[in-house]
Amino acid sequence: MDWAIIQHAIPLLFQGLIATVKISFLAVILGTLLGVVLGLVALGRNRPLRWAVLAYVDFIRGTPLLIQIFLVYFALPVIGISLPEFWAGVIALGLNAAGFIAEIVRATVGSIERGQNEAAKSIGMTHWQTLTFILLPQALRPFVPPLTNELITLVKGSALLSVISVYELTRAGQAIISVHFVPFEIFLLIALYYYALISALAWLSRYAERRLPVW
Amino acid sequence: MAGTPPLLAVEGLTKRYGDRCVLNAVDLAVGEGETLVVIGPSGSGKTTLLRCINHLEPPTAGLVRLRGVPVGVDGNGRDLPERDAARQRSRIGFVFQRFNLFSHLSALDNVAIGPHKVLGLSRAQARERAQAQLHKVFLGEHMHKRPSQLSGGQQQRVAIARALAMQPELILFDEPTSALDPELVKEVLDAMRALAAEGMTMLVVTHEMAFARQVAHRVVFMDGGAIIEQGPPQRIFGAPSEPRLQAFLQHLQH
Repeated sequence: MDWAIIQHAIPLLFQGLIATVKISFLAVILGTLLGVVLGLVALGRNRPLRWAVLAYVDFIRGTPLLIQIFLVYFALPVIGISLPEFWAGVIALGLNAAGFIAEIVRATVGSIERGQNEAAKSIGMTHWQTLTFILLPQALRPFVPPLTNELITLVKGSALLSVISVYELTRAGQAIISVHFVPFEIFLLIALYYYALISALAWLSRYAERRLPVW
Repeated sequence: MAGTPPLLAVEGLTKRYGDRCVLNAVDLAVGEGETLVVIGPSGSGKTTLLRCINHLEPPTAGLVRLRGVPVGVDGNGRDLPERDAARQRSRIGFVFQRFNLFSHLSALDNVAIGPHKVLGLSRAQARERAQAQLHKVFLGEHMHKRPSQLSGGQQQRVAIARALAMQPELILFDEPTSALDPELVKEVLDAMRALAAEGMTMLVVTHEMAFARQVAHRVVFMDGGAIIEQGPPQRIFGAPSEPRLQAFLQHLQH
């Protein structure tokens, strides 16, 4: 163990961690909002839209995140949008999470007992009223654990953004390694930083779940 | 009263699942204020009949008319737009075997949500109406409890209040006491009895023969997806003519 370098690395990696937190936070917001919207469309009655969402989910699930990151990073300039790599990273992670979250929304609402839906229909509620007033409120709590898993996957996936030179935790570590060549110490530190971040996220999720009512 | 269509008319109603025919060209008319009880062995199509009447299940063929107007379809047999179909469904109450109360809402809100969201009453008016209905089924002091805090009998009475609050033209009851502990059956049947006495039009699928005998104006016996025999309860229970009905009634006594 090279303690001097570790001491030197701790604040540098901390800066990387802050960047990872920023990217993840923005991607979580984008992914959750878009994912919920896509999930609701998948639950809706418009067939072409529903199929479009299913195709999107299928694509996201069926291709590696790394490739999706490259696609966003290299494809956007082609269509005339040039974004700094930070935002390309946020968008790639957000789009990826949205696909999985759409599926989670669909599955969670689908798991609500069928009788709830029928009772709502029987008093004359439309599909959207049933969704808004009956199914979604009951789906909120069971939505949290699978959502948390997805968000943890997102945070871990942010490490891949180092390949498009987004300055985040992994990239910050690689920079130190390339100068001092102490890969074991630095990667161990990086692992600890990720672990702390994800533990905090998991704790937050358990807190949210406890606060949400059980029916 | 020639020319006035019956409140509810079922014409050739058929439901098939694959090649299995669960409901086979059923014809039935229910008059205003009538209490009609449907009996029959399990699998005879009683529940499917109710579910097809308010289009919880789309029928394979046949037509249901409410005051002469087709339910769920327009004059050309095409499905109604969702909004119109929903509005129509709100005129036909449904009470489920397993209550199906909205588990995230209090008893009061279970009853009030329909008048508020579907009929467009203000929240205060809807709650007022809900309170009145809950008092009617003797649940005044349980209004703020959630379904999970209520007994089965209380839940089913909330479900009846929920149906009533929509001021439907008739109510369909799908084995409303089958999921209840025996000691809770009476409170639900009493509530239904009171409704029948008030002149609410009711179509009740049940295994409670005593209820059928006392409350029904007419009893319909179904088997194999068809109506086998119907008539006033005295005749159905006292002098059944069809062998299948005789066998069914005999079987009940054991």
